[in-house]
Amino acid sequence: MKIVNVTHGSFYALGAYAAASITGALLARGMPPSLSYAVLLGSALLVSVIVAPLIERGILRFMYAKDEVVILLITYALFLILEDVIKMIWGVNPYFIAEPYGLLGSFDVLDLTYPYYNLILVGVAIACGAGLAWMLGSTRTGKLLVAVIHDTEVSRAMGINVDRMYLYTFTFGSLLAAIGGAFTAPTVSVVPALGVEVIVLSFAVVVIGGLGSLPGAALGAVMVGLVRSAAIHYLPQAELFVIYLVMAMVLAFRPRGLFSIAEARKI
Amino acid sequence: MSRDRTPRTLALILLALLVSGQFLPQWTLFLVTVALAKGLVVLGLMILLRCGLVSFGQALYYCIGAYAAGMLGRLFGASDVFTLMLAGMAAAGLVGFVLGFLLARYRSIFFGLLSLAVSMILYGLLVKTEALGSTDGFHVLPSTLFGLRPADAWVRYTVLAVALLVAFIAALLVHRYLGTPLGRLASAIKDNEIRVEYMGASARHAIHVKYVIAAALAGLGGALAATTVGHIDPEMAYWTTSGEFIFITILAGTGNVIAPFLGALVFGVIQTVAFGISPNTWQMVLGGSLLVVIVFLPNGLWSLFRGRKAA
Repeated sequence: MKIVNVTHGSFYALGAYAAASITGALLARGMPPSLSYAVLLGSALLVSVIVAPLIERGILRFMYAKDEVVILLITYALFLILEDVIKMIWGVNPYFIAEPYGLLGSFDVLDLTYPYYNLILVGVAIACGAGLAWMLGSTRTGKLLVAVIHDTEVSRAMGINVDRMYLYTFTFGSLLAAIGGAFTAPTVSVVPALGVEVIVLSFAVVVIGGLGSLPGAALGAVMVGLVRSAAIHYLPQAELFVIYLVMAMVLAFRPRGLFSIAEARKI
Repeated sequence: MSRDRTPRTLALILLALLVSGQFLPQWTLFLVTVALAKGLVVLGLMILLRCGLVSFGQALYYCIGAYAAGMLGRLFGASDVFTLMLAGMAAAGLVGFVLGFLLARYRSIFFGLLSLAVSMILYGLLVKTEALGSTDGFHVLPSTLFGLRPADAWVRYTVLAVALLVAFIAALLVHRYLGTPLGRLASAIKDNEIRVEYMGASARHAIHVKYVIAAALAGLGGALAATTVGHIDPEMAYWTTSGEFIFITILAGTGNVIAPFLGALVFGVIQTVAFGISPNTWQMVLGGSLLVVIVFLPNGLWSLFRGRKAA
């Protein structure tokens, strides 16, 4: 949509909080822990389907005519608001749900112990990525969406319901963020600062990959993940800064990211 | 073409604040001084915004300025407020000059994100540097003025007076700069860079110069903030700090050099009031007011004054 969306961090946090509290409540009522994975997904779906359309229809749709940078600031304002909404609903104390994580146990790779839950994380991530690629490339909605992103005016002239496409995209994007949050929730303690941290990280990821490129985002995520782990392993002091160093290096040599889309010069 | 009234207005504001500062309660002095420090940073951002560039990493220079001032006091025992500010300004300007070679090649969202990345690199470094207090930062020694230490009751006022003076000079210089051909190139760069090149001017050079000016101003603001608050920590380089500066820039608008200081003051008041009324929802109030400004005053608070004059 050509929107750099800061609220994404909020949806990540919302997903995590919703997942933690709903799963926790259901487990307390005696739900079998094996169902909790479905509940994680369900709670992500729930928050994003309620909150995302509200934001898109209520505020963002009036703003699309504005400058890219101004839209970024608008989402930043919304992010500030959502941060406090989250604090109002869930308070500032951390939430834990360890059941989905602990349930599966772990296995050994050589000398390392590795939790099975992380395999699920990887699976969910691959499924989401593949699903998104399939949706954009092979379904009618996805193709229409690509057309809308490419040229809004022509799409409108062709009879595409652009408003509805925007709504779908924003909701779907937010859903992905919420799923990310929901499935990360069992591995961390869910605290208010969650959104702030993840958003700069994901900016680094998409910028490394190239804005608006799906394979780029995937590659960027893998790079950030690997570099970060390597840094933690070899040089723990450099953990945070190494990610942004990679981002700065990539931008220095490929100014628009690794998988950038060529853009015509306007004279 | 009306006469340029900005210098006179600036001088009047300076005088009014210098006089009224003696009677205002201490906490307002603090508020105004911090607002002046932030206003200096925003003044730099305003120069960049006039070319359509939004830096999401101005906190980098704010932080460099503050740490430079703090380190100077720590290592060499320097405490003269002007020395500290000059040091902060010089350090930030130097870093800005070097980074400018890279950053002046970028536009729009990429400029913003790359500057964000650079400021986060500094944040990451500072957080892990035990010698500089890691996440806690360290205290800055109370500063002196030409070797004199003002009496306790007058500390706040003295700092305010110094800040006012510095802000006044900076605003005046920037105002003059914006009137020069290089300064006026800004809106041309924003509109169409290629035409600027056809005209024979170098957009990259112009942006580089503006970037260094903005960096130096941010360093100055950072040093001022360090001496005022008396404590510095890596949070000053975090992206939320940059977000705050952008917030003020949008709030203020780019109409005039007075706007950034006005914006910073309004921001400080909103923040203080909102924090006082409801400590848990002050961010919401800030976000809400940002939205209101973007929707209803796309040119910032300054357009309020402009609108009245035109009518």
